[in-house]
Amino acid sequence: MTRHRGRGIASINYPIGMNLGGDPSQALVHSNPSGKFTVALSSIDLGQGMKSVTRQICAETLGVPVEDVYVDTADSDTGPHCMGSFASRGTHRVGNAVMAAAREARGVMMEAAAEELEVNAADLETDGRGNIHVKGAPHRSISTKDVAIAAQFKQGKTISGRGIFLVPLSAVDPETGEMSPATCYAHACLVAEVDVDDETGEVAMVRMDSAYELGRALNPRLVEQQLVGGAWMGVSHALYETPEPYYPEPVHGPRDFVEYLMPGPGDICPHDIAVLERPAPDGPFGAKGPGEMCANPVLPAVANAIFNAVGVRIDDLPITPEKVLRAIKAQGGARPQARH
Amino acid sequence: MSKIPLQFRHNGRDVAIFVDGGTNLLAALRELIGDMTPKFGCGQGGCGTCSVLIDGELHLSCLTLAETVAGRSIETLDGMKQGPNLHPLQRAFADNFAAQCGYCTPGMLMAAKALLDRNPSPSRDEVIEAISGNICRCTGYEPIINAILAAAGGRVSA
Ligand code: FES
Ligand code: FES
Repeated sequence: MTRHRGRGIASINYPIGMNLGGDPSQALVHSNPSGKFTVALSSIDLGQGMKSVTRQICAETLGVPVEDVYVDTADSDTGPHCMGSFASRGTHRVGNAVMAAAREARGVMMEAAAEELEVNAADLETDGRGNIHVKGAPHRSISTKDVAIAAQFKQGKTISGRGIFLVPLSAVDPETGEMSPATCYAHACLVAEVDVDDETGEVAMVRMDSAYELGRALNPRLVEQQLVGGAWMGVSHALYETPEPYYPEPVHGPRDFVEYLMPGPGDICPHDIAVLERPAPDGPFGAKGPGEMCANPVLPAVANAIFNAVGVRIDDLPITPEKVLRAIKAQGGARPQARH
Repeated sequence: MSKIPLQFRHNGRDVAIFVDGGTNLLAALRELIGDMTPKFGCGQGGCGTCSVLIDGELHLSCLTLAETVAGRSIETLDGMKQGPNLHPLQRAFADNFAAQCGYCTPGMLMAAKALLDRNPSPSRDEVIEAISGNICRCTGYEPIINAILAAAGGRVSA
Protein backbone atom coordinates (compact mmCIF):
# COMPACT_ATOMS: atom_id res chain seq x y z
CA MET A 1 0.00 0.00 0.00
CA THR A 2 1.26 3.45 -0.87
CA ARG A 3 -0.15 6.84 -0.10
CA HIS A 4 0.45 9.32 -2.87
CA ARG A 5 0.46 13.06 -2.24
CA GLY A 6 -1.06 15.27 -4.94
CA ARG A 7 -1.86 18.93 -5.42
CA GLY A 8 -4.58 20.49 -7.56
CA ILE A 9 -5.70 24.00 -8.34
CA ALA A 10 -8.96 25.55 -9.51
CA SER A 11 -10.06 29.10 -10.25
CA ILE A 12 -13.62 30.24 -10.61
CA ASN A 13 -15.59 33.21 -11.82
CA TYR A 14 -18.80 33.24 -9.85
CA PRO A 15 -21.99 35.14 -10.75
CA ILE A 16 -23.87 36.86 -7.94
CA GLY A 17 -27.63 36.39 -8.31
CA MET A 18 -29.29 35.37 -11.56
CA ASN A 19 -31.46 36.65 -14.31
CA LEU A 20 -34.72 34.82 -13.69
CA GLY A 21 -37.63 37.27 -13.66
CA GLY A 22 -35.39 40.26 -12.95
CA ASP A 23 -34.16 38.68 -9.69
CA PRO A 24 -36.24 40.96 -7.44
CA SER A 25 -36.07 41.43 -3.69
CA GLN A 26 -37.90 44.01 -1.65
CA ALA A 27 -37.42 45.56 1.77
CA LEU A 28 -39.45 47.86 4.00
CA VAL A 29 -37.91 49.96 6.76
CA HIS A 30 -39.91 51.86 9.36
CA SER A 31 -39.34 53.53 12.69
CA ASN A 32 -40.96 51.99 15.75
CA PRO A 33 -42.73 53.84 18.57
CA SER A 34 -39.43 53.67 20.49
CA GLY A 35 -37.48 55.49 17.81
CA LYS A 36 -35.70 52.34 16.74
CA PHE A 37 -36.08 50.85 13.29
CA THR A 38 -37.40 47.61 11.86
CA VAL A 39 -36.41 46.11 8.52
CA ALA A 40 -39.16 43.85 7.18
CA LEU A 41 -38.00 41.15 4.79
CA SER A 42 -39.26 37.78 3.74
CA SER A 43 -35.73 36.71 2.81
CA ILE A 44 -34.36 33.84 4.85
CA ASP A 45 -31.21 33.67 6.95
CA LEU A 46 -30.11 30.02 6.89
CA GLY A 47 -27.21 30.77 9.21
CA GLN A 48 -25.12 32.51 6.57
CA GLY A 49 -25.54 35.86 8.36
CA MET A 50 -27.95 37.79 6.16
CA LYS A 51 -29.78 39.11 9.21
CA SER A 52 -26.58 40.65 10.58
CA VAL A 53 -25.49 42.04 7.26
CA THR A 54 -28.84 43.64 6.37
CA ARG A 55 -28.92 45.12 9.87
CA GLN A 56 -25.51 46.69 9.34
CA ILE A 57 -26.52 48.00 5.89
CA CYS A 58 -29.69 49.56 7.29
CA ALA A 59 -27.95 51.16 10.29
CA GLU A 60 -25.14 52.55 8.16
CA THR A 61 -27.55 54.03 5.59
CA LEU A 62 -29.89 55.52 8.19
CA GLY A 63 -26.95 56.83 10.19
CA VAL A 64 -28.08 55.21 13.45
CA PRO A 65 -26.34 52.71 15.77
CA VAL A 66 -26.60 49.08 14.71
CA GLU A 67 -28.28 48.31 18.08
CA ASP A 68 -31.21 50.50 16.99
CA VAL A 69 -32.12 48.28 14.05
CA TYR A 70 -34.16 45.07 14.20
CA VAL A 71 -34.47 42.75 11.24
CA ASP A 72 -37.76 40.90 10.99
CA THR A 73 -37.26 38.25 8.39
CA ALA A 74 -38.19 34.86 6.97
CA ASP A 75 -41.94 35.45 7.05
CA SER A 76 -43.74 35.82 3.74
CA ASP A 77 -46.92 36.76 5.65
CA THR A 78 -45.40 39.96 6.98
CA GLY A 79 -42.44 40.72 4.72
CA PRO A 80 -42.40 42.09 1.18
CA HIS A 81 -41.46 39.94 -1.79
CA CYS A 82 -38.11 38.17 -2.07
CA MET A 83 -36.92 35.63 -4.63
CA GLY A 84 -35.13 33.72 -1.88
CA SER A 85 -31.82 32.83 -0.33
CA PHE A 86 -29.95 31.10 -3.14
CA ALA A 87 -27.68 31.94 -6.10
CA SER A 88 -25.42 33.82 -3.65
CA ARG A 89 -27.83 36.71 -3.97
CA GLY A 90 -28.65 37.61 -0.36
CA THR A 91 -26.06 40.24 0.51
CA HIS A 92 -26.13 41.84 -2.92
CA ARG A 93 -29.81 41.72 -3.90
CA VAL A 94 -31.47 41.99 -0.50
CA GLY A 95 -28.74 44.34 0.70
CA ASN A 96 -29.45 46.70 -2.19
CA ALA A 97 -33.18 46.63 -1.42
CA VAL A 98 -32.52 47.37 2.26
CA MET A 99 -30.20 50.20 1.33
CA ALA A 100 -32.84 51.79 -0.92
CA ALA A 101 -35.52 51.44 1.76
CA ALA A 102 -33.25 52.87 4.45
CA ARG A 103 -32.31 55.78 2.19
CA GLU A 104 -35.96 56.68 1.70
CA ALA A 105 -36.65 56.34 5.44
CA ARG A 106 -33.63 58.51 6.19
CA GLY A 107 -35.04 61.20 3.89
CA VAL A 108 -38.28 61.30 5.91
CA MET A 109 -36.37 61.21 9.20
CA MET A 110 -34.22 64.16 8.18
CA GLU A 111 -37.29 66.14 7.03
CA ALA A 112 -38.99 65.47 10.35
CA ALA A 113 -35.84 66.50 12.24
CA ALA A 114 -35.56 69.66 10.12
CA GLU A 115 -39.09 70.62 11.07
CA GLU A 116 -38.29 70.23 14.77
CA LEU A 117 -34.98 72.11 14.58
CA GLU A 118 -36.46 74.72 12.19
CA VAL A 119 -33.67 74.35 9.66
CA ASN A 120 -33.29 73.03 6.13
CA ALA A 121 -32.97 69.21 5.97
CA ALA A 122 -29.97 69.59 3.67
CA ASP A 123 -28.08 71.24 6.55
CA LEU A 124 -28.47 68.24 8.84
CA GLU A 125 -26.30 65.20 9.43
CA THR A 126 -26.44 62.07 11.59
CA ASP A 127 -23.70 61.26 14.08
CA GLY A 128 -24.19 57.48 13.92
CA ARG A 129 -24.89 57.43 17.66
CA GLY A 130 -28.59 58.19 17.49
CA ASN A 131 -28.51 61.97 17.04
CA ILE A 132 -29.17 64.36 14.19
CA HIS A 133 -27.52 67.79 14.28
CA VAL A 134 -26.92 70.87 12.20
CA LYS A 135 -23.69 70.56 10.21
CA GLY A 136 -20.99 72.54 11.97
CA ALA A 137 -23.23 73.16 14.99
CA PRO A 138 -23.45 69.88 16.92
CA HIS A 139 -25.24 71.55 19.86
CA ARG A 140 -28.30 72.12 17.63
CA SER A 141 -29.21 68.49 17.91
CA ILE A 142 -32.17 66.15 18.30
CA SER A 143 -32.16 62.41 19.02
CA THR A 144 -33.68 60.02 16.49
CA LYS A 145 -36.02 58.92 19.28
CA ASP A 146 -37.35 62.47 19.69
CA VAL A 147 -37.71 62.77 15.93
CA ALA A 148 -39.77 59.57 15.91
CA ILE A 149 -41.95 60.91 18.72
CA ALA A 150 -42.46 64.22 16.92
CA ALA A 151 -43.32 62.40 13.68
CA GLN A 152 -45.85 60.21 15.50
CA PHE A 153 -47.53 62.79 17.76
CA LYS A 154 -47.05 66.18 16.10
CA GLN A 155 -46.27 65.85 12.43
CA GLY A 156 -48.41 62.83 11.62
CA LYS A 157 -45.71 61.18 9.50
CA THR A 158 -44.45 57.64 9.18
CA ILE A 159 -40.68 57.50 9.09
CA SER A 160 -40.50 54.72 6.56
CA GLY A 161 -39.01 53.68 3.29
CA ARG A 162 -39.48 51.15 0.51
CA GLY A 163 -36.70 49.47 -1.37
CA ILE A 164 -36.59 47.14 -4.33
CA PHE A 165 -33.83 45.47 -6.28
CA LEU A 166 -34.82 44.55 -9.81
CA VAL A 167 -32.68 44.19 -12.89
CA PRO A 168 -34.02 44.42 -16.43
CA LEU A 169 -34.59 40.93 -17.78
CA SER A 170 -31.71 40.06 -20.07
CA ALA A 171 -32.93 38.40 -23.26
CA VAL A 172 -30.87 35.73 -25.00
CA ASP A 173 -29.32 36.82 -28.29
CA PRO A 174 -30.79 34.36 -30.86
CA GLU A 175 -27.60 34.44 -32.94
CA THR A 176 -24.94 33.97 -30.30
CA GLY A 177 -26.87 32.73 -27.29
CA GLU A 178 -25.30 35.54 -25.35
CA MET A 179 -26.98 37.02 -22.29
CA SER A 180 -25.92 38.63 -19.04
CA PRO A 181 -27.37 36.53 -16.25
CA ALA A 182 -25.62 38.35 -13.44
CA THR A 183 -24.72 41.94 -12.63
CA CYS A 184 -21.44 41.25 -10.90
CA TYR A 185 -18.98 38.43 -10.43
CA ALA A 186 -16.91 37.19 -7.53
CA HIS A 187 -13.72 35.20 -7.97
CA ALA A 188 -11.80 32.51 -6.17
CA CYS A 189 -8.77 30.32 -6.47
CA LEU A 190 -8.11 27.28 -4.34
CA VAL A 191 -5.23 24.82 -4.04
CA ALA A 192 -6.02 21.45 -2.52
CA GLU A 193 -3.52 18.90 -1.31
CA VAL A 194 -4.63 15.30 -0.86
CA ASP A 195 -3.28 11.88 -0.01
CA VAL A 196 -4.62 9.03 -2.13
CA ASP A 197 -4.26 5.47 -0.87
CA ASP A 198 -3.75 3.23 -3.91
CA GLU A 199 -4.86 0.11 -2.05
CA THR A 200 -8.15 1.39 -0.62
CA GLY A 201 -8.87 4.26 -3.02
CA GLU A 202 -9.39 6.56 -0.04
CA VAL A 203 -8.70 10.25 -0.43
CA ALA A 204 -7.67 12.28 2.62
CA MET A 205 -7.53 16.07 2.63
CA VAL A 206 -4.08 17.34 3.65
CA ARG A 207 -4.47 21.10 3.33
CA MET A 208 -6.19 23.86 1.41
CA ASP A 209 -4.99 27.33 0.49
CA SER A 210 -7.38 29.77 -1.08
CA ALA A 211 -7.98 33.35 -2.11
CA TYR A 212 -11.45 34.82 -2.48
CA GLU A 213 -12.37 38.11 -4.11
CA LEU A 214 -15.90 38.92 -3.00
CA GLY A 215 -16.33 42.67 -3.14
CA ARG A 216 -16.28 44.48 0.18
CA ALA A 217 -16.49 42.14 3.18
CA LEU A 218 -19.26 43.88 5.14
CA ASN A 219 -18.74 41.62 8.13
CA PRO A 220 -15.28 40.04 7.92
CA ARG A 221 -15.91 37.48 10.67
CA LEU A 222 -19.08 36.26 8.96
CA VAL A 223 -17.26 36.09 5.63
CA GLU A 224 -14.52 34.02 7.24
CA GLN A 225 -17.10 31.73 8.83
CA GLN A 226 -18.73 31.19 5.44
CA LEU A 227 -15.45 30.44 3.71
CA VAL A 228 -14.20 28.05 6.40
CA GLY A 229 -17.46 26.10 6.57
CA GLY A 230 -18.34 26.29 2.89
CA ALA A 231 -15.04 24.72 1.85
CA TRP A 232 -16.07 21.58 3.75
CA MET A 233 -19.36 21.49 1.94
CA GLY A 234 -17.23 21.53 -1.21
CA VAL A 235 -15.06 18.67 0.06
CA SER A 236 -18.22 16.81 0.94
CA HIS A 237 -19.58 17.20 -2.59
CA ALA A 238 -16.20 16.21 -4.03
CA LEU A 239 -15.61 13.09 -1.94
CA TYR A 240 -18.65 11.98 0.02
CA GLU A 241 -22.21 12.93 -0.57
CA THR A 242 -24.75 12.22 -3.28
CA PRO A 243 -28.47 11.51 -3.32
CA GLU A 244 -28.02 9.37 -6.44
CA PRO A 245 -24.94 7.14 -6.15
CA TYR A 246 -25.88 5.02 -9.18
CA TYR A 247 -27.66 7.67 -11.21
CA PRO A 248 -30.15 7.35 -12.84
CA GLU A 249 -31.10 4.21 -10.88
CA PRO A 250 -32.83 5.68 -7.82
CA VAL A 251 -33.18 2.60 -5.60
CA HIS A 252 -29.68 2.91 -4.12
CA GLY A 253 -30.36 6.40 -2.86
CA PRO A 254 -29.14 7.00 0.69
CA ARG A 255 -31.74 7.03 3.44
CA ASP A 256 -29.74 8.24 6.42
CA PHE A 257 -26.44 9.72 7.57
CA VAL A 258 -24.81 6.30 7.52
CA GLU A 259 -25.35 6.09 3.76
CA TYR A 260 -25.38 9.81 2.96
CA LEU A 261 -21.87 10.60 4.02
CA MET A 262 -20.39 13.88 5.13
CA PRO A 263 -16.98 14.72 6.55
CA GLY A 264 -16.68 14.45 10.31
CA PRO A 265 -14.48 16.46 12.65
CA GLY A 266 -11.67 13.94 12.18
CA ASP A 267 -11.53 14.51 8.41
CA ILE A 268 -10.70 18.20 8.37
CA CYS A 269 -7.36 19.75 7.48
CA PRO A 270 -5.75 23.19 7.75
CA HIS A 271 -7.15 25.81 5.37
CA ASP A 272 -5.42 29.12 4.82
CA ILE A 273 -7.71 31.80 3.39
CA ALA A 274 -6.93 35.20 1.92
CA VAL A 275 -9.85 37.58 1.35
CA LEU A 276 -9.36 40.20 -1.35
CA GLU A 277 -11.75 43.13 -1.36
CA ARG A 278 -12.56 44.78 -4.67
CA PRO A 279 -15.78 46.72 -4.07
CA ALA A 280 -18.53 46.05 -6.63
CA PRO A 281 -19.86 49.30 -8.13
CA ASP A 282 -23.46 48.08 -7.90
CA GLY A 283 -23.17 46.30 -4.53
CA PRO A 284 -24.42 47.63 -1.21
CA PHE A 285 -21.32 49.38 0.19
CA GLY A 286 -19.41 47.46 -2.50
CA ALA A 287 -20.42 43.96 -1.34
CA LYS A 288 -20.88 40.95 -3.60
CA GLY A 289 -21.09 38.12 -1.09
CA PRO A 290 -19.35 34.78 -0.55
CA GLY A 291 -22.42 32.57 -1.03
CA GLU A 292 -22.11 29.28 -2.82
CA MET A 293 -18.73 30.27 -4.14
CA CYS A 294 -17.13 29.16 -0.89
CA ALA A 295 -17.83 25.53 -1.84
CA ASN A 296 -17.39 25.61 -5.61
CA PRO A 297 -13.63 25.78 -6.29
CA VAL A 298 -13.01 22.88 -3.93
CA LEU A 299 -14.53 20.26 -6.24
CA PRO A 300 -12.31 20.76 -9.31
CA ALA A 301 -9.24 21.42 -7.12
CA VAL A 302 -9.74 18.08 -5.34
CA ALA A 303 -10.34 16.24 -8.63
CA ASN A 304 -7.14 17.79 -10.02
CA ALA A 305 -5.21 16.89 -6.87
CA ILE A 306 -6.30 13.26 -7.21
CA PHE A 307 -5.10 13.25 -10.82
CA ASN A 308 -1.81 14.75 -9.69
CA ALA A 309 -1.44 12.08 -6.99
CA VAL A 310 -2.28 8.90 -8.89
CA GLY A 311 -2.86 9.89 -12.53
CA VAL A 312 -6.56 9.08 -12.73
CA ARG A 313 -9.08 11.62 -14.00
CA ILE A 314 -12.45 11.14 -12.34
CA ASP A 315 -15.21 13.33 -13.72
CA ASP A 316 -18.11 11.83 -11.84
CA LEU A 317 -18.94 13.09 -8.35
CA PRO A 318 -18.51 12.20 -5.59
CA ILE A 319 -15.05 10.73 -6.05
CA THR A 320 -15.57 7.66 -3.88
CA PRO A 321 -12.87 5.11 -2.99
CA GLU A 322 -14.61 2.68 -5.35
CA LYS A 323 -14.23 4.99 -8.35
CA VAL A 324 -10.62 5.80 -7.51
CA LEU A 325 -9.73 2.15 -7.12
CA ARG A 326 -11.44 1.08 -10.36
CA ALA A 327 -9.66 3.85 -12.27
CA ILE A 328 -6.27 2.96 -10.78
CA LYS A 329 -6.85 -0.71 -11.69
CA ALA A 330 -7.95 0.22 -15.23
CA GLN A 331 -4.70 2.10 -15.88
CA GLY A 332 -2.61 -0.69 -14.35
CA GLY A 333 -1.55 1.08 -11.16
CA ALA A 334 -1.01 4.52 -9.69
CA ARG A 335 0.89 6.95 -11.92
CA PRO A 336 1.92 9.93 -9.84
CA GLN A 337 2.24 13.11 -11.92
CA ALA A 338 4.88 15.80 -11.63
CA ARG A 339 4.38 18.18 -8.72
CA HIS A 340 4.98 21.86 -9.13
CA MET B 1 -51.19 0.20 25.44
CA SER B 2 -50.88 1.18 29.06
CA LYS B 3 -48.71 4.11 30.01
CA ILE B 4 -45.60 3.70 32.11
CA PRO B 5 -45.08 6.18 34.96
CA LEU B 6 -41.59 7.61 34.87
CA GLN B 7 -39.68 9.89 37.20
CA PHE B 8 -36.24 11.38 36.67
CA ARG B 9 -34.27 14.57 37.19
CA HIS B 10 -34.30 17.02 34.31
CA ASN B 11 -31.70 19.77 34.63
CA GLY B 12 -31.78 19.54 38.39
CA ARG B 13 -35.57 19.41 38.71
CA ASP B 14 -37.66 16.32 39.46
CA VAL B 15 -40.12 15.49 36.71
CA ALA B 16 -42.81 12.84 36.46
CA ILE B 17 -44.44 11.80 33.19
CA PHE B 18 -46.36 8.91 31.66
CA VAL B 19 -44.81 7.36 28.58
CA ASP B 20 -45.86 4.67 26.15
CA GLY B 21 -43.59 1.63 26.19
CA GLY B 22 -40.94 2.07 23.49
CA THR B 23 -40.93 5.87 23.62
CA ASN B 24 -37.43 7.20 23.19
CA LEU B 25 -35.94 9.79 25.52
CA LEU B 26 -35.74 12.41 22.78
CA ALA B 27 -39.49 12.26 22.18
CA ALA B 28 -40.17 12.24 25.93
CA LEU B 29 -38.03 15.34 26.46
CA ARG B 30 -39.43 17.26 23.52
CA GLU B 31 -43.07 16.24 23.53
CA LEU B 32 -43.81 15.48 27.18
CA ILE B 33 -41.39 17.73 29.08
CA GLY B 34 -41.41 20.50 26.46
CA ASP B 35 -37.62 20.81 26.36
CA MET B 36 -36.96 21.52 22.69
CA THR B 37 -33.18 21.89 23.00
CA PRO B 38 -32.30 18.29 22.06
CA LYS B 39 -32.96 18.16 18.31
CA PHE B 40 -34.20 15.38 16.07
CA GLY B 41 -31.71 14.96 13.24
CA CYS B 42 -31.93 11.33 12.15
CA GLY B 43 -33.54 9.33 14.95
CA GLN B 44 -31.03 6.53 14.55
CA GLY B 45 -27.73 7.54 16.07
CA GLY B 46 -26.09 9.03 12.98
CA CYS B 47 -25.90 12.75 13.70
CA GLY B 48 -25.53 13.53 17.41
CA THR B 49 -27.82 16.54 17.57
CA CYS B 50 -30.06 14.79 20.15
CA SER B 51 -27.13 14.34 22.60
CA VAL B 52 -27.87 14.68 26.31
CA LEU B 53 -26.00 13.78 29.49
CA ILE B 54 -27.34 10.91 31.59
CA ASP B 55 -25.69 10.93 35.02
CA GLY B 56 -22.95 13.03 33.44
CA GLU B 57 -22.32 10.66 30.56
CA LEU B 58 -22.96 11.54 26.92
CA HIS B 59 -25.86 9.65 25.30
CA LEU B 60 -27.92 9.85 22.14
CA SER B 61 -31.44 10.48 23.41
CA CYS B 62 -32.97 9.15 20.17
CA LEU B 63 -31.50 5.72 20.90
CA THR B 64 -32.30 5.72 24.62
CA LEU B 65 -35.53 4.16 25.80
CA ALA B 66 -37.24 6.66 28.07
CA GLU B 67 -38.02 3.96 30.66
CA THR B 68 -34.33 3.30 31.19
CA VAL B 69 -33.71 6.73 32.71
CA ALA B 70 -36.01 6.23 35.73
CA GLY B 71 -34.37 7.80 38.77
CA ARG B 72 -31.44 9.13 36.79
CA SER B 73 -30.30 12.67 36.13
CA ILE B 74 -30.64 14.14 32.62
CA GLU B 75 -28.85 17.29 31.51
CA THR B 76 -29.76 19.06 28.30
CA LEU B 77 -28.70 22.31 26.73
CA ASP B 78 -31.73 23.93 28.37
CA GLY B 79 -30.00 23.61 31.74
CA MET B 80 -26.64 24.91 30.62
CA LYS B 81 -26.85 28.64 31.09
CA GLN B 82 -26.70 29.93 34.64
CA GLY B 83 -29.60 32.33 35.03
CA PRO B 84 -29.11 35.13 32.53
CA ASN B 85 -25.46 34.19 31.99
CA LEU B 86 -24.31 31.96 29.20
CA HIS B 87 -22.16 28.97 30.13
CA PRO B 88 -18.50 29.57 29.17
CA LEU B 89 -18.91 26.99 26.39
CA GLN B 90 -21.88 28.87 24.96
CA ARG B 91 -19.91 32.14 25.20
CA ALA B 92 -16.97 30.50 23.43
CA PHE B 93 -19.25 29.20 20.67
CA ALA B 94 -20.56 32.72 20.09
CA ASP B 95 -17.08 34.31 20.22
CA ASN B 96 -15.70 31.78 17.75
CA PHE B 97 -18.61 31.85 15.28
CA ALA B 98 -19.11 28.13 15.96
CA ALA B 99 -22.77 28.08 14.90
CA GLN B 100 -24.40 28.96 11.61
CA CYS B 101 -27.79 27.30 11.20
CA GLY B 102 -27.42 26.06 14.78
CA TYR B 103 -29.01 22.67 14.28
CA CYS B 104 -25.97 20.74 15.47
CA THR B 105 -25.18 23.20 18.25
CA PRO B 106 -27.17 21.62 21.13
CA GLY B 107 -25.48 18.28 20.53
CA MET B 108 -22.05 19.84 20.06
CA LEU B 109 -22.39 21.76 23.33
CA MET B 110 -23.46 18.67 25.27
CA ALA B 111 -20.62 16.61 23.79
CA ALA B 112 -18.20 19.42 24.68
CA LYS B 113 -19.58 19.67 28.22
CA ALA B 114 -19.25 15.91 28.73
CA LEU B 115 -15.62 16.21 27.66
CA LEU B 116 -14.68 19.24 29.78
CA ASP B 117 -16.48 17.87 32.85
CA ARG B 118 -14.10 14.91 32.90
CA ASN B 119 -11.08 16.46 31.17
CA PRO B 120 -10.81 20.22 31.74
CA SER B 121 -7.76 20.69 29.51
CA PRO B 122 -8.13 18.42 26.51
CA SER B 123 -5.81 18.31 23.52
CA ARG B 124 -7.09 19.17 20.05
CA ASP B 125 -7.25 15.46 19.20
CA GLU B 126 -9.28 14.77 22.32
CA VAL B 127 -11.73 17.50 21.32
CA ILE B 128 -12.06 16.01 17.84
CA GLU B 129 -12.61 12.58 19.36
CA ALA B 130 -15.24 13.95 21.74
CA ILE B 131 -17.36 15.49 18.96
CA SER B 132 -16.74 12.75 16.40
CA GLY B 133 -20.31 11.47 16.77
CA ASN B 134 -21.74 14.85 15.81
CA ILE B 135 -22.26 16.02 12.25
CA CYS B 136 -22.13 19.69 11.28
CA ARG B 137 -23.19 20.75 7.83
CA CYS B 138 -22.23 24.41 8.10
CA THR B 139 -19.09 25.26 10.03
CA GLY B 140 -16.43 22.83 8.85
CA TYR B 141 -15.88 21.93 12.55
CA GLU B 142 -12.79 24.14 12.88
CA PRO B 143 -14.64 26.97 14.69
CA ILE B 144 -16.31 24.42 17.00
CA ILE B 145 -12.99 22.79 17.89
CA ASN B 146 -11.48 26.24 18.50
CA ALA B 147 -14.44 27.24 20.67
CA ILE B 148 -14.12 24.15 22.88
CA LEU B 149 -10.37 24.67 23.24
CA ALA B 150 -10.98 28.35 24.09
CA ALA B 151 -13.53 27.44 26.76
CA ALA B 152 -11.14 24.88 28.20
CA GLY B 153 -8.36 27.46 28.29
CA GLY B 154 -10.58 30.07 29.92
CA ARG B 155 -10.30 32.25 26.81
CA VAL B 156 -13.88 33.52 26.69
CA SER B 157 -15.26 37.03 26.69
CA ALA B 158 -17.09 38.33 29.76
S1 FES C 1 -31.25 12.30 16.19
FE1 FES C 1 -30.12 11.08 17.57
S2 FES C 1 -28.25 10.77 16.52
FE2 FES C 1 -29.44 11.86 15.06
S1 FES D 1 -24.18 24.98 12.40
FE1 FES D 1 -25.47 24.11 10.89
S2 FES D 1 -25.18 21.99 11.24
FE2 FES D 1 -23.69 22.86 12.52
